Amino acid sequence: MIRFVSLRLLRALVTVLAVMTFSFVVLRMSGDPAEVLLGPDVPQNVIDAFRRQWGLDAPLWRQYLSYLGAIFQGDFGLSMRDRAPALDLVLERVPATLMLTVPALILKLGIGIPAGIFAALHRDSAIDRGVIFLAILGFTIPSFVMGLVLVLIFAVTLGVLPSGGFGTWQNAILPGITISIGGIGIIARFSRSAMIEVLGQPYIRTASAKGVKWHDVVRGHALPNAAIPIVTIAGFMVGSLIAGAVVVETIFSWPGIGRLLIVSVSNRDLAVVQCILLLIAAVMVTANLIVDLLYGWLDPRLRTGTAH
Amino acid sequence: MANLVEIRDLRVAFDGVAVLHGIGLEVAPGEALGLVGESGCGKSVTWLAALGLLPSKASIDGSVRLQGQELCNAPRSRLERVRGGRIAMIFQDPASALNPVIRVGRQLCEALRLHRGLTGAAGRAEALRLMDMVGIPDARGRFGLYPHEFSGGQCQRLMIAMALAGEPELLIADEPTTALDATIQAQILDLLARLRAETGMAVVFISHDLGAVAQVCDRVCVMYAGRIVEQGSVAQLFGHPRHPYTRGLFDAIPRLYGPRGALVPISGTVPDPRHPPPGCAFAPRCAHAHGFCATQVPRLLPQRDGRHLACAFPLPERDPQRDYEDALT
Ligand SMILES: Nc1ncnc2c1ncn2[C@@H]1O[C@H](COP(=O)(O)OP(=O)(O)O)[C@@H](O)[C@H]1O
Ligand SMILES: [Mg+2]
Repeated sequence: MIRFVSLRLLRALVTVLAVMTFSFVVLRMSGDPAEVLLGPDVPQNVIDAFRRQWGLDAPLWRQYLSYLGAIFQGDFGLSMRDRAPALDLVLERVPATLMLTVPALILKLGIGIPAGIFAALHRDSAIDRGVIFLAILGFTIPSFVMGLVLVLIFAVTLGVLPSGGFGTWQNAILPGITISIGGIGIIARFSRSAMIEVLGQPYIRTASAKGVKWHDVVRGHALPNAAIPIVTIAGFMVGSLIAGAVVVETIFSWPGIGRLLIVSVSNRDLAVVQCILLLIAAVMVTANLIVDLLYGWLDPRLRTGTAH
Repeated sequence: MANLVEIRDLRVAFDGVAVLHGIGLEVAPGEALGLVGESGCGKSVTWLAALGLLPSKASIDGSVRLQGQELCNAPRSRLERVRGGRIAMIFQDPASALNPVIRVGRQLCEALRLHRGLTGAAGRAEALRLMDMVGIPDARGRFGLYPHEFSGGQCQRLMIAMALAGEPELLIADEPTTALDATIQAQILDLLARLRAETGMAVVFISHDLGAVAQVCDRVCVMYAGRIVEQGSVAQLFGHPRHPYTRGLFDAIPRLYGPRGALVPISGTVPDPRHPPPGCAFAPRCAHAHGFCATQVPRLLPQRDGRHLACAFPLPERDPQRDYEDALT
């Protein structure tokens, strides 16, 4: 068990490091912050001074080493735009994003899983077909289309909800629903097929054959097995708590991480972009880690996997 | 003696495709009945239908009576009382027949709680006794393990223990040894024979291992393409099969004792239930088939020696050539 956990931890750290390196290199290859920030008609000596000041004149590998060194001391660098610590700028935006993504996650899991399981238990019925239809509709419509349609209906036509902005809970409803719908569809479809797969297994027939009531077969024998694949997809959703709102925040002008990311990328604000990517990677990796540990807890075959 | 189970004209279709065409069977209390036939002949479906264990897309007709109580299309609650309590069933692949995420002890205790009301320490004690009885070594130490920590043979022993938990009057063993090694097969057969002697329960033994059937059973039904084609005592059918299909099954197995005949597998395959032949389902593969066989389905009729047979041109009642050969060895 300790070996299992420490291996997963190591893998998580390596993943985060890889994301850091990748974003560092790609950002520096893809455009010069000096030109973007200072504008087109700036004399060369000003540009040179700017680059010296931000350490952009050193070779890439040296920049990278000092970046890593700073990170390990908890220094995430300064924003080139307003010279504030990048970490502060990013953390400031986290609550706004979570205000959308946490309720959305609850909706995704709370509606998607029961809907999928219910559909599986009534396979091929009208309800099942309805669930499949809505689920496919949910995840095939891109979120910017969905967002615009919702705005058109509830803000423009009915006028019951604001079309954007931030401040009251009413502002969060449309973006929250827009984020949730695709995920609900994905989770419903996935839970349905996981449950159908499990219901076809021989041990379900065994449980029925020994006289267990159908209700208890579902609850006691099928669900614990179906939970194993469902946890994977749920973990994936948890992983997108930070990154999942980029498009929607932009549509609804919601002051979260996603909007900050878009703005910082177009400004080539290196430290801020790197800090956001690092945060996203850390959240995803943590979610994966939790999924792995949950697996071990849910599936005894993995727990004793080494002994078998 | 009144029959324990009587199946009359049982018909099953999946999505409109008939796979059982009117099965009639009875099982007497304490009897051991063998059910043989190639894969796909409807042996499993017969008993899954009887217990209401087929998926809902299956349409089932006919009658299955357990001491007068109708089970065919019976309400779920009635079936749930019968399953495991009066008729238990074990399956072909023991490793996947046990729930992988539940400790085996708990799976056993569940059956004991359902059918004998045993909970807590009493349930645990009885579960351990059953594990001992079916030959799981160190039952106490392994009570809390998961199915993947047992071998295939031990999983089948656990399945048998679970089946015994409800003290059933009938155990359906659906190819219980097919997935196991030869030595383990023999052990499981011995176990089944011993338990039957100890408990007095009836056993329906589904198998395509005719040797195993001879070892365990008193009476045999031969099924082909959703029908019973020959039925009689083990001595009758093994000594002198009359349906060409039964004969073919015997010719297809290597004989350990007696004259060494050439191994002749039956040519061709079981017909696809979606495209059944118009007459006798075995006619396309049968060396004895005549015009009648291609158009008419022979009925299962009682014979002078007590067996039942569904064939228009069966092997003769006595086979002098065979008697002669037997006399020589
Ligand atoms: N769940 C099912 N859905 C559709 N067809 C089935 C199902 N179960 C069995 N069958 C068909 O019923 C026939 C009899 O199967 P079965 O009783 O399992 O044969 P066996 O004699 O090998 O036990 C086969 O043709 C099989 O394809
Ligand atoms: Mg079968």
